[in-house]
Amino acid sequence: MSRAGPAGEAEAIVGGDRRALARAITAVESGAGSAEALLQKLFPRTGRTPVVGFAGPLGVGKSSLLNLLVAHLRSLGKSVGVVAVDPSSPFSGGSVLGDRIRLERRADDPDIFFRSMASRGAAGGLSASTRDVTRLLEAAGFSVVLVETVGSGQVDVAIRGVASTRVVVLVPHLGDEVQTLKAGLFEIADVFCINKSDLPGAEAAERDLADLASLGPSPDGWRARIVRTSTITPSGIPELWKAIEAHEKFVATSPGHAAELRRRLEEEIVGRARDRLTAELAARLEVDPALRRLVDRVMARELDPRTAAERLLAAGRR
Amino acid sequence: MPAKARPKPVRVLIAKPGLDGHDRGAKVVARALRDAGMEVIYAGLRQTPAEIVRAAIEEDVDLVGLSILSGAHMALFPQVLRLLKKEAGGKIPVFAGGIIPDEDARRLRRLGIRAIFGPGASLAEIVRIAEQLARGKA
Repeated sequence: MSRAGPAGEAEAIVGGDRRALARAITAVESGAGSAEALLQKLFPRTGRTPVVGFAGPLGVGKSSLLNLLVAHLRSLGKSVGVVAVDPSSPFSGGSVLGDRIRLERRADDPDIFFRSMASRGAAGGLSASTRDVTRLLEAAGFSVVLVETVGSGQVDVAIRGVASTRVVVLVPHLGDEVQTLKAGLFEIADVFCINKSDLPGAEAAERDLADLASLGPSPDGWRARIVRTSTITPSGIPELWKAIEAHEKFVATSPGHAAELRRRLEEEIVGRARDRLTAELAARLEVDPALRRLVDRVMARELDPRTAAERLLAAGRR
Repeated sequence: MPAKARPKPVRVLIAKPGLDGHDRGAKVVARALRDAGMEVIYAGLRQTPAEIVRAAIEEDVDLVGLSILSGAHMALFPQVLRLLKKEAGGKIPVFAGGIIPDEDARRLRRLGIRAIFGPGASLAEIVRIAEQLARGKA
């Protein structure tokens, strides 16, 4: 962070300084203390920008789709911030972040910002700091923020708490209509996008999803839209954006959705408190000799882990 | 109390300027750096110097690696160095690989390319130098 401190950094980011933004993202990713003060300063500027998340299995064309959507948004005069998450190796911790190769743009267009992130061990399709990074992009004033998740499995639904509109990207022939009834990924979609719809089977996929959508709206009253796209022909991109916009309009006006937003923020607050508490208790257990003896007694089977946990918590409250 | 800071992995941009399509070398190096625990942003083929520099800034990388086999290195590498200096203060070290004659390599090193690897260079050596460059120790 610069010598100007969090206030100066915040001003630079809001003023459109892309290097300051890029450095702040690095600080947030590595959990630097300076990043927390910065996020505090910028938080009031967030919550008004569409944050559109893209989830779906690997290879369905999320990156290519995003590239075309970015171009479409630019043609509408909108500025776009993109964050794309790829997996970190569970073995080396390293990663190859390759979503950028799909991006086609003029190198001098200041109204697109693209950042690749590694998941750094987090489950659910995002990294632990993706939410904070989208907030930095919101504060930087982009009119739309797009988030591409790790090519996901059936339960990778972390995007639910981060995006204001969730697009689940699928392709023809991923499975029969029973797949669409299963819990997980299919539950979080505000918009279903059937990509590669130039391939045979797109109609059947759309029919199966329409059946699912006809079973009823989600708890907040929204009925998922279905869009067919192809990045080859290309087609369906304006329709995809219209479906996203329709959900954004719904989000802004529906009382059911306000309750959903409140629930998500509650989850975030409790999650952050839990993380802090976990770290503090682990640190306490490490340094306090009396607590270390608790572990010895559990090792010797004189005490059970549940009772030891109670005592650790009680020691934490003193 | 701030959350405990995590050790920051090295972030490195691997890009191919110029018009040749031979990206096997770049991919082999990208994978070796990944296996050494780095976060490798793979920008792919046919990148202009302006695109490479833009990516280096947005991705806030510690290091840039350029691969080229078209023979255009004397035209393109100095452009990357010049733009990096202008846009990012020239603080990001650059290393390169490809088919680069010795005499050109000497001139490119004088211009500021920190290390140049030709055919047959060992991956262990490339990883070692990349780590040193990224951590500012070379």
